[in-house]
Amino acid sequence: MRNRDLSFWLFLSPVLLALALVVIVPLLYGTFYSFTDWDGLRATRFIGFENYSRLIHDTAFLNSLWFTIKFSVVTVILLNFFGLSLALIVTRKLKSANLLRTVFFMPNLIGGLILGFIWQFIFISVFSDIGEALGIAGLQGWLSTTTTGFWGLVILTVWQMAGYIMIIYIAYLQNIPNELIEAAKIDGANSFQRFKNITFPLVAPAFTVSMFLTLSTSFKMYDQNLSLTNGGPFESTQMVAMEIVKTAFSSNEMAYGQAKAVVFFLIVAIISLTQVYYNKKREVDM
Amino acid sequence: MKRKTYIGELFALLLGLVWIAPFYLMIVNAFKSKKEIFTDVLGLPQEVQTSNFVEAFIDLDFVRSLTNSIIVSVVSIAIIVFFSSMAGYALARNKSKLSSIILLIFVGAMLIPFQSVMIPLVSLFGKVDMLNQAGLIFMYLGFGSSLSIFLYHGSMTGISKSLDEAAIIDGANKFQTFRHIIFPLLKPISMTVGILNVIWIWNDYLLPSLVLNENNATIPLKMFYFFGQYTKQWHLALAGLTIAIIPVIIGYFIAQKQILAGVSEGAVK
Repeated sequence: MRNRDLSFWLFLSPVLLALALVVIVPLLYGTFYSFTDWDGLRATRFIGFENYSRLIHDTAFLNSLWFTIKFSVVTVILLNFFGLSLALIVTRKLKSANLLRTVFFMPNLIGGLILGFIWQFIFISVFSDIGEALGIAGLQGWLSTTTTGFWGLVILTVWQMAGYIMIIYIAYLQNIPNELIEAAKIDGANSFQRFKNITFPLVAPAFTVSMFLTLSTSFKMYDQNLSLTNGGPFESTQMVAMEIVKTAFSSNEMAYGQAKAVVFFLIVAIISLTQVYYNKKREVDM
Repeated sequence: MKRKTYIGELFALLLGLVWIAPFYLMIVNAFKSKKEIFTDVLGLPQEVQTSNFVEAFIDLDFVRSLTNSIIVSVVSIAIIVFFSSMAGYALARNKSKLSSIILLIFVGAMLIPFQSVMIPLVSLFGKVDMLNQAGLIFMYLGFGSSLSIFLYHGSMTGISKSLDEAAIIDGANKFQTFRHIIFPLLKPISMTVGILNVIWIWNDYLLPSLVLNENNATIPLKMFYFFGQYTKQWHLALAGLTIAIIPVIIGYFIAQKQILAGVSEGAVK
């Protein structure tokens, strides 16, 4: 097919139209309106960077951004740790390996909203019952403070997504030639040395994939945040996505909400691009 | 050595139990009375309360919300698979610079988070009266096509161009060639594309919450309204959550192998 062929454009037109109307036009339209006093229906005047200078002093926005960053860093580390650990467990010669793979992956298929509600029950009712029975005060009042809300979200996310990351690591672990491991065994390397010198460097590319995935997913998280803590107590566990939704659809400040959304887009794009670049470079160096 | 494997097996099984504990707790407590949840949250129910499920089933308007979820997911997946495979084919068979730029635009669009376009999106679609099921399905095509085209484009490299040429010589037009020769060969990747998109679309909450009204609410949307009514009434809330999860669990048991393989393929590429 050549550029001037009608069929080339006919084959592309449905998806091009959808991408343009659903993603590209709204992005451009929204970016333009973030410089105005747009209320969702009309914009009366151009106000330059007013929305943007307002958001640098908006403590609710800055707090949610900081909360999201902390959350993402902790989740990315824990998710990769658990994902790799689970992958190492289910690729051993265990009778239950297949069953475990099914079990570990299961939470991924269920929506974050529903899982958040289930964990709300566990943190509130089950934790306080166990805490009472065992006399552990730390299990009382979960989700009612910022710290427990934070860790609640981390636990939920790690539990939900670790099985997904496990699948990625499994794919790379299975590509390691068995002869390499056997040769190292014969040379007298113990299991830790084998992991450090053979397995680990060979699954390194899996970090590119899984860090990209976990970082962008945790940064954009909304459903789990809504159903588990709904941002509370006092909006202290509110993440950026929820802050934007509230600004736009609860306070009806469309232009201001969109300015936050543009900043959010820039942050996500910069993180993603840096990460892809850095990981590609490291892979080549090794 | 033997003993070591047993310990390993035992540890792995224990971890598996911890992993499904939330589901266990949800199900056992869904069968308890409000009072029993309060007195004993960990044990099996003393007296099985099936009435929780009847009440939740009615309040969730489950038949309707399930139907709505199925309509949105099935139609969206069908058009994503159909149109993305066509586009992936066209882009792979055109080696020009323009073709690579178009592919790059689709891949680049994956970097744009949904939240940064949702406000103008809802406003624009509202203006043309498209905040409904059809509008939602069109939006899913827009958001879902990028990854799908990328996957189709990647697997097209394995399909020889001589197949196209043979079909053209036999008198088939471009569309017939695609429909009868290429599309059947793309079946494995269509499976992956379908699975990756259905997991996301079936569970999506934010977009439907901005687009759909209560009458055509999907399961996650209905679940949100339902849960709001039953705070502090865990026996009903948990029964509702259990009902909402059942279709997914059934699907998982039927297509477990394909799901794990599909996710693996989609993530690694």
